[in-house]
Amino acid sequence: MSTSTRTLLFRVLPLVALGLLLGLFYIGLDRDPRNLPSTLIDVPLPDFALEPIPDRGNALTRDALLGEVSLLNVFGSWCVSCRAEHEELVRLRSEEGIAIHGVDWNEKDPRDGADWLRRNGDPYVLAGQDPDSRLAIDLGVTGAPETYLIDPCGVVRYKHSGPLTKEVWDDILAPAVKTLKDAPCTARVPAQEDVP
Amino acid sequence: MRKTLRASLLGLALVLGATASAHAIGPDEVMDDPALESRARALSKGLRCVVCQSENIDESNVDLARDMRLRIRELLKDGKSDADIRSFMVQRYGDFVLMEPPVKPSTYALWAAPGVLLVVGIWALVRTLRARSASAAPGSDPTAPAPLSPEEQERLRALLDETPQENR
Repeated sequence: MSTSTRTLLFRVLPLVALGLLLGLFYIGLDRDPRNLPSTLIDVPLPDFALEPIPDRGNALTRDALLGEVSLLNVFGSWCVSCRAEHEELVRLRSEEGIAIHGVDWNEKDPRDGADWLRRNGDPYVLAGQDPDSRLAIDLGVTGAPETYLIDPCGVVRYKHSGPLTKEVWDDILAPAVKTLKDAPCTARVPAQEDVP
Repeated sequence: MRKTLRASLLGLALVLGATASAHAIGPDEVMDDPALESRARALSKGLRCVVCQSENIDESNVDLARDMRLRIRELLKDGKSDADIRSFMVQRYGDFVLMEPPVKPSTYALWAAPGVLLVVGIWALVRTLRARSASAAPGSDPTAPAPLSPEEQERLRALLDETPQENR
């Protein structure tokens, strides 16, 4: 290597390094560190049985979800983003006819969730309480709201973190629901050894 | 002497007070068995709070971190091993929940990076120092300008001998 090419290399190298670093930062801009990949995708839901929200009828259990495509929505009366997505959930129930079940997570008082649903409308078929994060930890919940797409065999097919908007429904969930409805789900349940 | 003692005691109290307040664990969480409790604390320090992300669940005040600590203690009471409990959390939250990333093919680059950078840094430093000491020897600097030719020397002498014009 001659002296001049070496000097050139030493001049260009820091610029290349800077460029790589800037590229890395640029990619990082669009990535949400809160959006963790779920370990539950294509894995059957863990077994659970949650007490219903007061005056809210039946318990929310794993078995109660089986037999149809459904959404499992983690919410709380304390959660501002849950309020933001709530109208869309109410619309989905009345217009799209999808079964939505609610997990009322981390309430200080079990009545808080009931009052909140009375004020804002109630999109849920079943709604259970999870005051000590028992189900939340089993699902790998990191914050509310989170919505899980469950197939008729109780296998998690998709997880959405953050408010469920009309765009999320139209672009991701509605097509997924359609495929799950058309195909028999038993074929896609993972083998037992895959289940953690 | 007495003053120094008092000052150092005060300092010690301040330091201890500061570290004590950094813990988020409530008295209601502490287990009766001190051996299990110390295992619970050690496990909590190695698990990430998935809400705040840069804190471990031993230090975090978030509700979910508290519920995770209680779940750990419950599993310890059931006789689960430390490895069982760590894999329980990894199954639910992925490797991200571990404060120290595991060594596996996808993290080789991460673990190797500091060592590789250190070696590259030392190599670059040695090269620079060698080049510098070599240039200190006369006539060996490749960037030094070529010596003046006889004509140039002549011109330089003429320029220096010129009587400067008087300023008006």
